[in-house]
Amino acid sequence: MATTVSDSNVLSVPASPAQPTFEKKVKATGEAAIVWDRFRRHHFAMIGLGTLLFVVLVSTFAPLAPWSPNAIDRSLTDQQVMAHGFAPPSAAHWFGTDELNRDLFSRLLWAGRISLAVGFLTVGIGATIGIFVGALAGFYGGWLDTVLMRGADLFLSFPFLPTLILISAMLHQYKFSADVTVVQVTTIVGVLALLGWMDTARLVRGQFLTLLNRDFVIAARALGADGRRIMLVHLIPNSMAPIIVAASLNVGGFIIAESAISFLGVGVSPPTASWGSMLADFQSYLRYSAIAVLLPGGAIFITVMAINFVGDGLRDALDPWLRNR
Amino acid sequence: MGITLVLASVLLFGILNLAPGGPFDARIAAAHIQDPGYLDRLNHLIGLDKPVHERYLDWVGNVLHGNLGESWTMARGQTVNTIIGSRLPNTVMLMTTGLLFSLVIALVVGTISAVRQYSLTDNLFTAFSFFGISIPAFWFGLIMLKFFGLELKLFPVGGIYTVGHQDDLLDRLWHLILPMIVLSLLQVAQWSRFLRSSLLETLRQDYIRTARAKGQTERLVLFRHAFRNAMIPLVTVIAIAIPSLFGGAIFTETIFNWPGMGQLLIGAVGALDWPVAMGVVTITAGLTILANFIADVAYVIIDPRIRY
Repeated sequence: MATTVSDSNVLSVPASPAQPTFEKKVKATGEAAIVWDRFRRHHFAMIGLGTLLFVVLVSTFAPLAPWSPNAIDRSLTDQQVMAHGFAPPSAAHWFGTDELNRDLFSRLLWAGRISLAVGFLTVGIGATIGIFVGALAGFYGGWLDTVLMRGADLFLSFPFLPTLILISAMLHQYKFSADVTVVQVTTIVGVLALLGWMDTARLVRGQFLTLLNRDFVIAARALGADGRRIMLVHLIPNSMAPIIVAASLNVGGFIIAESAISFLGVGVSPPTASWGSMLADFQSYLRYSAIAVLLPGGAIFITVMAINFVGDGLRDALDPWLRNR
Repeated sequence: MGITLVLASVLLFGILNLAPGGPFDARIAAAHIQDPGYLDRLNHLIGLDKPVHERYLDWVGNVLHGNLGESWTMARGQTVNTIIGSRLPNTVMLMTTGLLFSLVIALVVGTISAVRQYSLTDNLFTAFSFFGISIPAFWFGLIMLKFFGLELKLFPVGGIYTVGHQDDLLDRLWHLILPMIVLSLLQVAQWSRFLRSSLLETLRQDYIRTARAKGQTERLVLFRHAFRNAMIPLVTVIAIAIPSLFGGAIFTETIFNWPGMGQLLIGAVGALDWPVAMGVVTITAGLTILANFIADVAYVIIDPRIRY
C-alpha cells in the first residue's frame, strides 16, 4: 500500500513545474462555467431560476412581513368580521385576510417557509440516503447489492400516496413535547425521505456500474486507491450530473406531496400553515372567497413550475451528449 | 415478488401498530367516561389486547381467505369487505372513465404534436403539459369546482347522483364530468408527451420510409404503420400510472365528495380505523399487480416480436 502511494507521488512530481508556463496561454473554462453557460441559454430555465430565487428570498424574509402569521386584526369593522372574515385586499392587508382575520400575505410567506423547507430538506436527506445505498450496492455488488436493491424494490412496492397518508396519520397520534412546527416539519421530511430515496439509489448504482469499467477508475485501482477513495474522488463526482437533475426535479414533487398530505389533514396542522394546509382551511370557504383559494395553490403551482423549469435546464446543461453542438 | 409482498405487508402493519393506544382512547377520554373496564372491553373486542405478531398472523390468514377483517370505528362490526364492496365500483367507474378520457385526449394531442413538430400547436401543447405536470391536482380540482360548479353552475358540486335520480344515466354522467377531467389532467400531460416522442421515434424508422416510397398517403403511413408501433410502449406507461391514478382519485374523491375508495381511506385514517385503511391499501396494491399483469399479457398480444 505504502509503496504504491509513493509511486503515484513520484509520477506527479516532475509534471508540476512544467505546468505554469503551459497553462498561461490556454484560457481555461471550468466545468461549472461550461454548465452555467449552457444553462443560461435555456430561457425557461432562467425564468424558473429567477422565480425560484424570488420565492425563496421572499419566504426567507417572512419575519419582516407586516403581520405576524397568527395575529388577528382587531381593527376590522364588525361588518367585515361578519362577512366570513374574508376582508378584501387593502393597504393594510395586501391580499386581504383569511376567515379568522389573519393577514393573508404574511401567512402566505410563513407558509412558504414550511413548504420550501420541506421540499429542499427532503431532497437533501433523500438524495444522501440514495447516494449512500446506491454507492454501496453498485461498488461492492454481490449479496450487499442484492439486499439493498431488494430493499429499494420493497419501498417502491408501497403505493406512494396511501402509504404516505397512513404513516403521517400514525405519527399524528404521537404527542411530542418539542416545538410543534419543528416536530411537524421533521416528521414530514422523515416520512417523505423514507419513501423517496429509491430513485436516487437506483440511479447511483447504475452510474457506478458503468463507471467501474472506465479507464480512469481502473487506473485509480492500479495506483492502489482504496474503495473509499475511488467512490468519493472518482465515482460520486462523476455521477453527480444525473443525481443533481433527479434531485432538482424531486424538489417539486416533494413540495406537492407535502401540500397534498397537509391538504388531506395529516400533514402540517394549525396554527402552523403550509400552502397545502391553507388550501385545506379555505376549502370550506370556496363559496365566499376566490382569492383565498387562488393564492396558496398559485404559490405551489408557480414554485413547482419554476423548479421543473430549472430541472429541465439543468438536464440540458449537464447532459454531455448535447455538448459542443 | 412474493417475499416483497410479505415484507411490505409486515412493514405497513407494523408501522400502523406503532401508533400509541387504540382508536377509542381519545373518544373515551373526551367523553369523560370513568369506567376503565369499558375501554378494555372495546379493545378486547377488536383484538387489540393481543400481541402485534398474533394480530398480524390473524390478519394475513383472513386476507388469504379473502376476508379483510372487521371495521373498528367507521362502521363498528361491519366487515371491511362489505364497506369496500360498496365503494369500489364508484372508484373503478371514476378511474376507468378517467383513464379512457386521458387516453383519447393524449392520443389526439400526442399525434398532432408529433406530426406538426415545433409548430405553434406543438409548442402550445408542450406548454400545456408543463402546466399539467406542475399544477397540484387538488388545487386544479378546487378551481374547477369553484368556477364550473359554484360560479357558472354548469356542473354539480359533488356526489355521484342527484337524490331521487340514481337510475338516471345522464345525471350520473353529468356528475362524473368534473371529477373525470380533474383526475385526467396529469395523465394527459404525461402520456401526450410520451406518445409524441414515441411517434417521432417511430416516424424515423426505415419501414416508414419504405411505406412513403411505395407512394402511400401520409394518412395511411401515420395510422397504419407508425401509430400502431408507437402505441406499444404506451401500454406499460398506462399500467405504471395505475397507482398514481389511485393517488389522484384520493383528492378527486375528497374534493367532489365522491364516495369511493380514496374518500374511504381518508375517512378511515381520520377515524383511526386501521383495518379499513389496510384493506384499501391491500386492494390498491392488488389492483396494481393485476394491472401490471394485464399489461404484460397485452404486450405480447400487441407486439408479435415479444415471446415468452
